[in-house]
Amino acid sequence: MNWLLAVIQTLLFVALAPLLSGWLKWCKCHLQNRNAPSLLQPYRDLLKLIRKQPVVAEHASWIFTRSPYIIFSAMVLAASVVPLIALDLPTAASADVIVLVGFFAFARFFLALAGLDIGTAFGGMGSSREMTISSLAEPAMLMAVFTLTMTASTTNLSLAITHVLNEGLVLRPSFVFAMFALILVAIAETGRVPVDNPTTHLELTMIHEAMILEYSGRHLALIEWASQLKLMLYGVLIANIFLPWGIAQDFSFHALGYGLLAISCKLAALAIFLAISETLVAKMRLFRVQEYLSFAYLLGLLGMLSHIILEASR
Amino acid sequence: MMVLILAYAAVVCSFLSGLLALLINQRGSLNELLQRLPLRPLSREWLNDCLTESHYPLRLKQAVFIVLGVSGLLAVSAGIAVLISQSAFTDQIGLGLPWLPWHVRFDGLSGFFFLIVGIAVIAVSIYGPGYVQAYQEEKHPFAVLGLFTGLFVAGMLLVLLADDAFFFMIAWELMSVASYFLVAFQHENPANRRAAFLYLLMAEVGALAIILGFGVLAAFTDGLTFDALRQANLSTTWASIAFVLALLGFGMKAGIVPIHVWLPEAHPVAPSHISALMSGVMLKVAVYGLIRFCFDLLTDVHWQWGVVLLVLGTISALGGILYAMMQPNLKRLLAYSSVENIGIIFMVLGLAMIFMANGFPQLAALGLLAALFHAFNHALFKNLLFLGAGVLQHQVHSLDIDNMGGLIKRMPQTSFLFLVGCMSISSLPLFNGFVSEWLAFQTALQVDVLDNGVLRSLIPVAAAALALTAALAAACFVKVFGMIFLGLPRSRHSEKAQEVDDKGMLLALKVLAGLCFFFGIFPTLIIAALNNVAKQLLGQSLPNDTLLSWMWLAPVSSQKASYSPILVLIGVLIATGFTFWYLRRNPDTKTMRRSATWDCGFGGLNARMQYSCSAFTMPFRRIFAKVWLIEEQIDKDMQGALDMDVASIRYRLQVEDHSWPRLYQPIAHGINSAARLVGRIQTGNIRVYLGYSFVTLILMLWVVSL
Repeated sequence: MNWLLAVIQTLLFVALAPLLSGWLKWCKCHLQNRNAPSLLQPYRDLLKLIRKQPVVAEHASWIFTRSPYIIFSAMVLAASVVPLIALDLPTAASADVIVLVGFFAFARFFLALAGLDIGTAFGGMGSSREMTISSLAEPAMLMAVFTLTMTASTTNLSLAITHVLNEGLVLRPSFVFAMFALILVAIAETGRVPVDNPTTHLELTMIHEAMILEYSGRHLALIEWASQLKLMLYGVLIANIFLPWGIAQDFSFHALGYGLLAISCKLAALAIFLAISETLVAKMRLFRVQEYLSFAYLLGLLGMLSHIILEASR
Repeated sequence: MMVLILAYAAVVCSFLSGLLALLINQRGSLNELLQRLPLRPLSREWLNDCLTESHYPLRLKQAVFIVLGVSGLLAVSAGIAVLISQSAFTDQIGLGLPWLPWHVRFDGLSGFFFLIVGIAVIAVSIYGPGYVQAYQEEKHPFAVLGLFTGLFVAGMLLVLLADDAFFFMIAWELMSVASYFLVAFQHENPANRRAAFLYLLMAEVGALAIILGFGVLAAFTDGLTFDALRQANLSTTWASIAFVLALLGFGMKAGIVPIHVWLPEAHPVAPSHISALMSGVMLKVAVYGLIRFCFDLLTDVHWQWGVVLLVLGTISALGGILYAMMQPNLKRLLAYSSVENIGIIFMVLGLAMIFMANGFPQLAALGLLAALFHAFNHALFKNLLFLGAGVLQHQVHSLDIDNMGGLIKRMPQTSFLFLVGCMSISSLPLFNGFVSEWLAFQTALQVDVLDNGVLRSLIPVAAAALALTAALAAACFVKVFGMIFLGLPRSRHSEKAQEVDDKGMLLALKVLAGLCFFFGIFPTLIIAALNNVAKQLLGQSLPNDTLLSWMWLAPVSSQKASYSPILVLIGVLIATGFTFWYLRRNPDTKTMRRSATWDCGFGGLNARMQYSCSAFTMPFRRIFAKVWLIEEQIDKDMQGALDMDVASIRYRLQVEDHSWPRLYQPIAHGINSAARLVGRIQTGNIRVYLGYSFVTLILMLWVVSL
């Protein structure tokens, strides 16, 4: 039963990810005085891509054609670990938050290799930039995660969230710092403005898009879906770790429904926040990203120090 | 006792393989000997066949490697046996000076390192026969290579067996000197001679430091056996002096920054299977020495030592991978990446020391376990990558990463096996490197139990540095795999390259890659064995219920953290399988259409337009600019009416290590000027020398008459 629920939650995660992107785009269009596409547009795009025959460059090797499957599965697996609507699911124990970071690294590794596989300048450029940004983002991310896991003294996400829930509403300076650090990292890692622009195709600004220029058909669909999943994963992490209220602690029908409603509202609100920030902020130069990410790291460090100095009862 | 006999047999076999190699030029005398022996006709025929002019060198090389492989097998079985039996075996050998018998002790720690050496030696002996074919006998005699390989392996095994300082140093020197000859094997190249000399110099300085370290201990007790040294009652100051000396000596061999400079010079110039042994195994023997010295001989550790190890380890890890990233030579790159991995091992050992000194032996056991497991994993994947580099050198005749490209189509098997190595070393889930790194993070996260505020903030920062190291390693190996195997061929050599046809070379890679994956999925096998080592060494082990089963890994408690690689693997297989089936069920779109790469409509995409090594790492070079000494030069040739058009551009980039000009050159200058000062008294004039003697004589007489 628990396993079934875990599978259902994962499938729900995968199914809802394009909707979140659609909602984000809808918000952004309205903020920028444009006509918004329907909320279901991402699903239509994915379906259209899946029905098409993929065109693959003649130099491509198996790395190029297999990578989309690997990237997508890594993201699905990551989704199975993160509690969406219910805690204490058996999948949560099979991988903790460090393994989650490992899944992201796995997907990124193959994405970067796929970028290099064709042998065009764009692919190499994208891979190089992606690996640079991610290697700066990883320490910041783990710093933020450590703050949480040291408070809860566990790296198991589900147990950590339970710990936060049981503590009740306490304003912890360390959590505030860690949350901002994680938000900054999430923006960098999911390739949003100001680090990267997901809608651009200009040489100066491309990172993620540069790597996947050669993809088409179902391969492109998988990669797009995976990046939508990644966006949602970070959203759920931020929403459920720092504002976990509403998440189902038992498996009754009522609790689960309430959990779904709560996470939907939280994600919708986060997406509005992201849309506003993307409308207000301009994309920054690539070599400014290091300052941005070291700021994120600094916030994580401050969170850690304030946990050690202010909160740990010694 | 059986276990010890296995261990001895492993040593004897490695000696034998070395001696066997000496027979390469003895075909004539062997033939004569054969005629005199009374043999059955069938075996005589076979031996005669082996001794024919054309077969003999090949058969002998095979025999040498077979004996070496047997030595590896014996070492593995001895290691496993002692790990299972969970006891220590001691013995004395009456060799050497009459009042100094060699003491031998074979316990869990030695056994574990026996296992590491054994696996590597087996892989090398499968790989060796194919690889050494390429060497010309006149220029690079096999007798030298085979002899010193055997001595080198025997030296490493003896270091692990030694139970007194005297024997330990003899074995240590055997290992160092034998490997010096291997580094100097291709000595016709001046750069190789220089690297070998530097290696010998540093090895001897390190050995001196170790001898002094033992000396400090021996001064407080009588006797040189480890049992006696354990009884030594040292003050904190003397213990710290001994620790610093041991750290200097073993650290020099292990290659921590800044005393790593010999390593990137020596590893690339040795034959590939030797660099695999040196980088994958010999560095681990140094780690063994440090663990033995600190945790076993100096019984009570201080947390300050742990901090020293932690800081040095962090610097080595970050420095190693940043230097590795910039190297255009594959083997140099791998050597620097060994510096990184040794740094990680030292970091976790430092954590173990800190926990030990603060009275948390169980957490110390966790740290030790993580360090040992990482040492094991590094031996596996570094061997795999070095042997892979050997295959590339064999087939492409180059080690310059910028000269390869597109090899995934020409060498499909090698590329796949190399990919496994790259994924393991980048610590991606499902592979062994990830598990030990996960354990390292878990150790660091237990920092909450400590009282000291400085440590409580220092350790998470070190853990974040570890995360940065892992991410940089992933970037580095994306570069390595991408530049070597993906894209379009960047040179004629790589265009013409073919899969290696020697089965043995591929088999060695397959074995190692298989082990990398196997221990990534079933890490608990090793961890259970390591738990016994920790129990023997620290007197503490992880509680048994935390090692839930073969399926779950939960080092502290299942409430704190757990990881189940097998469930992750099943999840991946289901997810991939389902998407693969679902997306390809439509027969119309099942096949892919191949077409030309998109060239922005300009046409004429060629291999030179791809990203190169230095282009890939340019953002890193800019962000971490202070780490290297960078010399960048761009020369432009101009043409046209106003000399405004660029005809051609020459770009030169040189990236150097800071430690050489900052640390070693001042020392070298100092020694040179001191020598010059001393040289002044050497006038070459006999009268002046007579004057010296006269003054000395007068002085001596005065001293005596006092």
